[in-house]
Amino acid sequence: MKSFGGFVIKEFNHIFRDRRTMLVLFGIPVAQLLIFGYVVTNEFRNFRIAIFDMSQDEVTRELTGKILSSGYFILDESLTSTDGIDEAFKKGHIKEVVIFGQGFGKRLEKEGLATVQVIADASDANTANLLVNYTNGIIQDFAIRYRPAPAHPPAIRIEERMIYNAELKGVYMFVPGTMALILMLVSAMMTSISIAREKEMGTLEVLLISPLKPYHIIAGKVIPYVVLSFINAVVILLLGFFVFGMPVRGSLALLLSESLLFISLALSLGIFISTLAGTQQVAMFISMFALMLPTLLLSGFIFPVENMPLILQWISALMPPKYFITIIKDIMLKGSGLEFVWEETLILAGMTLLFIFLSVRRFKTRFV
Amino acid sequence: MKAAVDVRQISKSFKGLQALKEATLEVRPSEIFGLVGPDGAGKTTLFRILVSLLLPDGGSATILGHDTQKDYKMIRRITGYMPGRFSLYHDLTVSENLSFFASIFGTTVRENYHLIRDIYGPLEPFAHRQAGKLSGGMKQKLALSCALIHNPSLLVLDEPTTGVDAVSRKEFWEMLAVRRAEGITILVSTPYMDEAALCDRVALIQNGRIMGIDHPDGLVKAFPWPLYAVASEMMYPLPGHLKEFHLTRSAYRFGDRIHLALREDDPESVESFLRSKGHTKISLSSCKPGIEDCFMELMVNGQH
Amino acid sequence: MDSIEQVIRARDLTKRFDSFTANDRLSFDVYRGEIFGFLGANGAGKTTAIRILCGLSKPTSGEVSVAGYDVYHQTEQIKEHIGYMSQRFSLYEDLTVGENFRFYAGIYGLPVRTIRPRMDEMLRSLGIGHLKGQLIASLPLGWKQKLAFSVAVFHKPSIVFLDEPTGGVDPITRRQFWELIYEAARGGITVFVTTHYMDEAEYCDRVSIMVDGRIETIGPPAFLKEKHQAASMEQVFLKLARKRQNEREPQ
Repeated sequence: MKSFGGFVIKEFNHIFRDRRTMLVLFGIPVAQLLIFGYVVTNEFRNFRIAIFDMSQDEVTRELTGKILSSGYFILDESLTSTDGIDEAFKKGHIKEVVIFGQGFGKRLEKEGLATVQVIADASDANTANLLVNYTNGIIQDFAIRYRPAPAHPPAIRIEERMIYNAELKGVYMFVPGTMALILMLVSAMMTSISIAREKEMGTLEVLLISPLKPYHIIAGKVIPYVVLSFINAVVILLLGFFVFGMPVRGSLALLLSESLLFISLALSLGIFISTLAGTQQVAMFISMFALMLPTLLLSGFIFPVENMPLILQWISALMPPKYFITIIKDIMLKGSGLEFVWEETLILAGMTLLFIFLSVRRFKTRFV
Repeated sequence: MKAAVDVRQISKSFKGLQALKEATLEVRPSEIFGLVGPDGAGKTTLFRILVSLLLPDGGSATILGHDTQKDYKMIRRITGYMPGRFSLYHDLTVSENLSFFASIFGTTVRENYHLIRDIYGPLEPFAHRQAGKLSGGMKQKLALSCALIHNPSLLVLDEPTTGVDAVSRKEFWEMLAVRRAEGITILVSTPYMDEAALCDRVALIQNGRIMGIDHPDGLVKAFPWPLYAVASEMMYPLPGHLKEFHLTRSAYRFGDRIHLALREDDPESVESFLRSKGHTKISLSSCKPGIEDCFMELMVNGQH
Repeated sequence: MDSIEQVIRARDLTKRFDSFTANDRLSFDVYRGEIFGFLGANGAGKTTAIRILCGLSKPTSGEVSVAGYDVYHQTEQIKEHIGYMSQRFSLYEDLTVGENFRFYAGIYGLPVRTIRPRMDEMLRSLGIGHLKGQLIASLPLGWKQKLAFSVAVFHKPSIVFLDEPTGGVDPITRRQFWELIYEAARGGITVFVTTHYMDEAEYCDRVSIMVDGRIETIGPPAFLKEKHQAASMEQVFLKLARKRQNEREPQ
């Protein structure tokens, strides 16, 4: 055990001594999250919208006032016919059109049901989704206050229709997505590079010659990164929660355990990569192209998987981050328990075991 | 006497290129055995096989009676290995490197400090300097300390003096002599022919083939031709002219002389031949061959 | 000696990095066609000096000219008139022999019609005319070094800098390499060479030995051996370098 402890201490020394490693470990995750977050929240000010009010009564005017005073929206133009809608979108100034049906106030009075249509430009899917949700929220709020009588449920029915992109992905994509990306980056890339560095420097030869067993070497390399990645995961969750108001509806313990599982998976992938790569450069290259890009592009982080060609959907099914993102989204947003995410968890666990198995088989006590 | 290292007909190929051709050698206990040859001769390959990092294609080897393939765990305990390029952690300090290598062998620096006192002592003022910032000679001393800290019976040193200046090289060999006196067996490789004279026995290796094994004196005595050191007023064309002479076996530049090996011992005819080529101030004296003479002779011999 | 052209002329060449003086008032000349050995222990300041002489960095003070050009202001001209080869950087492994020649000749602006005949002649004199289409990676180390040298002198520079050109090769190849050096020197190219092999120091016309950033001694090998009462250049080197160590680290 003495020899193993010495190994772990040495790894921590490497990490704490190298400013670049420290930056990748802690600087980049925070920066990335803040940038994503800033970009997303910043967009939620002063969006230009158009309003087509067919009814022009007191209720619609009040509701319009509510929408425009929310701070999220600015009225770009008031439309007078349905023909103007397409035109308005094409000019590119507006992101959303709110349409009040004829006799809105009267119908609400009489029938307790009125229709408002919200049309959003979904060429930027996440933004459109957020816009519609905010509009939705304002109208719901209005509806409850407008008719607080508990006898009837909120009486305005909202009819949403997305144009340019029929299906949209979730609002809070960026926190889970960033978390997957960062854990992948930190865990897989840093471990693969650190093992490759030992190969390059020739120190691995001496380690292999020593009485240390291969699993000692692997575990010694991995443990510091498990600790650091886990701290990272917690930092991201805290930032998500406090800065961006990302809810945690499900069990925190489950959330952290799933994070730990994903970290293990990323680390085993990192080790596997290092068995393929002879130099730090190659390790970096493989990590970037085999892990980072797919995480960004194929996991559903940026582009919805459902809209991909079938072949890319299959490839996406092989991407570990996809399952992780699904799991944490479900836990955080839906409050799902293990009974709902066990399939994804099982897949991640299986992948982890597979890579550990492959790594141990490839990580030989000899060179050839 | 039982051999400390026993290598029998080891062969190894990489991608169709034969790195070792049935190499056979014996290292006796407590001797400094030198493996001398240029880059690409097969020195590193042989060492890696011995310390169980590589498996040979054919042949077998034992270290202190342990088979390098079957008992590799034992081999790794009793061997101190210093790969080429010194293999230190450049971002760790001098003392961190030493403690680390002690810890992975399950020992501590304090426990075995007596083994390295003379080598590590001069480094102690720099204990908190990062290893990457040491000079070549100091890195070399630190790497040797790290290889010795677990009290190995056998030291395997792969080109420990390459890229190190002449002063550090000399000191390094002095340190090896001390280890030998303590009973450690040392197997060391070098591309510098002059270092062969500092070994108890040497194997000359070229193109994966061991060309000769003996005491340095024995190798030199086996040099088959009379050898002369020749100089004249015109040093540049001298080797070329000597090669034209019909009794010349070989003529190579050595420092400020040409070493001339003759098929027949007839120095007078050499002198008159050189005079006929216009050389003046000819100096021709019988000289003792060195390892480098032997190496080149064996290289040429092997090609025929 | 005024009739002999100086290819390198250095007067009080000094280079400081912060408080550290890497080159301390180096003064020396290197003459046309001579083989000049530039020796010194690791860290003595050789690399710094070579970088300055090649126009890659500027001295802190001193007067230095290479091939008649000033190292402060005429580095572009210097680069055109020198050749350089080191053990670490030589030829592109994934290009053929011919491609390497054409590439380097192109850099120095040699016209295509001179490249071809000169390359063919050079390869023929090395006895490897048939290897023109071979990848560098497939050649033995000794050949690579000879080719790297030929490439370095291909544009007929006034001076060629060789930084440990013979590391790791077998003794016969090493000597063949030196024959190339002699030939280049006879052809009027000045050779400026560093080496760890002390017997190679004896092959030089003149040698300087640097210790701690200073030129400790300079002269023909025979003169130095006599001056320092040593049997070989190795002993001269050890005497000078050890003296420094004893001064610096009193026991």
